[in-house]
Amino acid sequence: MNSRLKKIIGSLVLLATLVAIPHFLKFHHQDLLIFLTINVLVVASYRIVTLTGEWSLIHAVMMGVGGYTATLLFKNFDLGMWFTLPLAGGVSALIAALLCFPLFRMTQFYFLIGSFAAGEAIRLVWIQYVNPFGGTGGLSGVEPPIIGGIDFLDAIPYYYLALTVVGFCLFILYRIENSRIGLTLHAVHWKAPLAESVGVDTWRYRALAFVIGSFFVGIAGALKVHYLGTITPNQFGIGFMVFILIWVIVGGYNRFYGPIIGVVVLTVFDESIRSFAEIRPAIYGAVLIISILFLPKGLESIPAKFKAWFGIGSNSDAPPLADK
Amino acid sequence: MAVLEIKNVTKQFGGLIALNDVSFSVEEGEIRGLIGPNGAGKSTMFKNIAGFYTPTDGSVIYRGQNIAGKSPHAIAEMGIVRTFQETTLFQELTVFENALVGSHITAKTDLFSAILGLDKAKQTAANEKVMEVLDFMGLSDRKDQLASELPLGSQRALAISIALVSEPRLMLMDEPFAGMNPEETNHMMDLTCKVRESGITIILVEHDMKAVMGLCHYLTVLNFGQLLAEGTPEEIRNNERVIEAYLGGAN
Repeated sequence: MNSRLKKIIGSLVLLATLVAIPHFLKFHHQDLLIFLTINVLVVASYRIVTLTGEWSLIHAVMMGVGGYTATLLFKNFDLGMWFTLPLAGGVSALIAALLCFPLFRMTQFYFLIGSFAAGEAIRLVWIQYVNPFGGTGGLSGVEPPIIGGIDFLDAIPYYYLALTVVGFCLFILYRIENSRIGLTLHAVHWKAPLAESVGVDTWRYRALAFVIGSFFVGIAGALKVHYLGTITPNQFGIGFMVFILIWVIVGGYNRFYGPIIGVVVLTVFDESIRSFAEIRPAIYGAVLIISILFLPKGLESIPAKFKAWFGIGSNSDAPPLADK
Repeated sequence: MAVLEIKNVTKQFGGLIALNDVSFSVEEGEIRGLIGPNGAGKSTMFKNIAGFYTPTDGSVIYRGQNIAGKSPHAIAEMGIVRTFQETTLFQELTVFENALVGSHITAKTDLFSAILGLDKAKQTAANEKVMEVLDFMGLSDRKDQLASELPLGSQRALAISIALVSEPRLMLMDEPFAGMNPEETNHMMDLTCKVRESGITIILVEHDMKAVMGLCHYLTVLNFGQLLAEGTPEEIRNNERVIEAYLGGAN
């Protein structure tokens, strides 16, 4: 069987699974599935920021920017979801573009702290300015669309809607990463001076990655608020940001699908230990530490490790951008 | 005609004067050697030309335009590309991908073309250019290997390939012979000659005297940040001030 056919069959099986999944779940889990789908876009868009080697702490807040934009547009201008989604992405991207000027004067640790401070500043604006942002209590009353008689307030239709939007965004992110722009972003990460010496404007590419990542996480924020109906500043605090980091690191960030595996596996795992109640955070924490200790390259490296143990395959299976 | 004119360049780091009022010019099509004892200011001079440093004073004239203080990527776009002292490569990328990064200027694309695949012709042309250069540098057999797996000689050749793919007019080579055995040195000398024959002016910082004397048409000698001497390899070899600087003066 040739690899193309395998890929097509694989995609079809995956698609069928994704379509079938909500019908086998209880209502509570259907909810969770929608948030998981949205979080897949959150981590995938975070990955493009990390490609240049900069880890920001503002990604969660950028998601909030998208969410608030969608909320305000919906409530004040009565715009439907097809307008709020791209506009939410657009506003996040615009704010990210403005933040590039102060933030990308810094690199590494300083950038990390700088991005955190910028994010907190935005969150404080939401809290302080009760009009129009609603303060600590946030805003509510956002509704999902009704298209062709289908009410997307129901979990299953909304899941399909989210799946379509997220799938489309992932496709674009994948195209970007595998294009020349993706190669340049990798180059900026690994050897910035060498990239500069052949004409790469490293500042511009760092900024580009940050703006693209913010655009897509803004869309994720809009998707979330249209389902949840309410938005508060605390949804996008450092707590959620830490979860994003954990998903990306545990999943592995050397390949496109690493962070996606991370968010899916950890969400399912977290849900499966729900019955342990009080000690649930302890179990979760222990699993994180173990996975980071024994799988420093993330869950995505498991197949390669299996192959190595059983002597199947060769070097060509090694991740193309693995650490030295 | 002079491709590059260094006019009264001074570079100061706080109280330390790394370059003091240095002037020289480089002609089109030559291989110029920039030599001198350790700490003479050779690498500092390179960084001033390539935009990694801004001269404290003086100007760097490239084809009639002062480029002092421009950013490295802007200078690269004008046709000046440097290679690095240590083996600075994208270790995690393959040989082919490494060289492909070099085609940034010619194959640069925008977001929408990249997503929609509208830049295919440009990217195909870039891939062909890369293969042409890898052939030229004798690396085409290794194109799918990771850069980190290459022997030293091939790593240096790859570093030059990255620079060549960007189609420079002037190439600054920072110690391309360091740490090489005689065989590798000979091979690298051949490659450097081939690069010049393809129409690229070269400035070479190097300690390997055999390579410098064999390759360069003209030498510029720096010592303690100042211009010590200029001349053909033969003249420099017999210049007493140069000999003294290298061997230490007898009081």
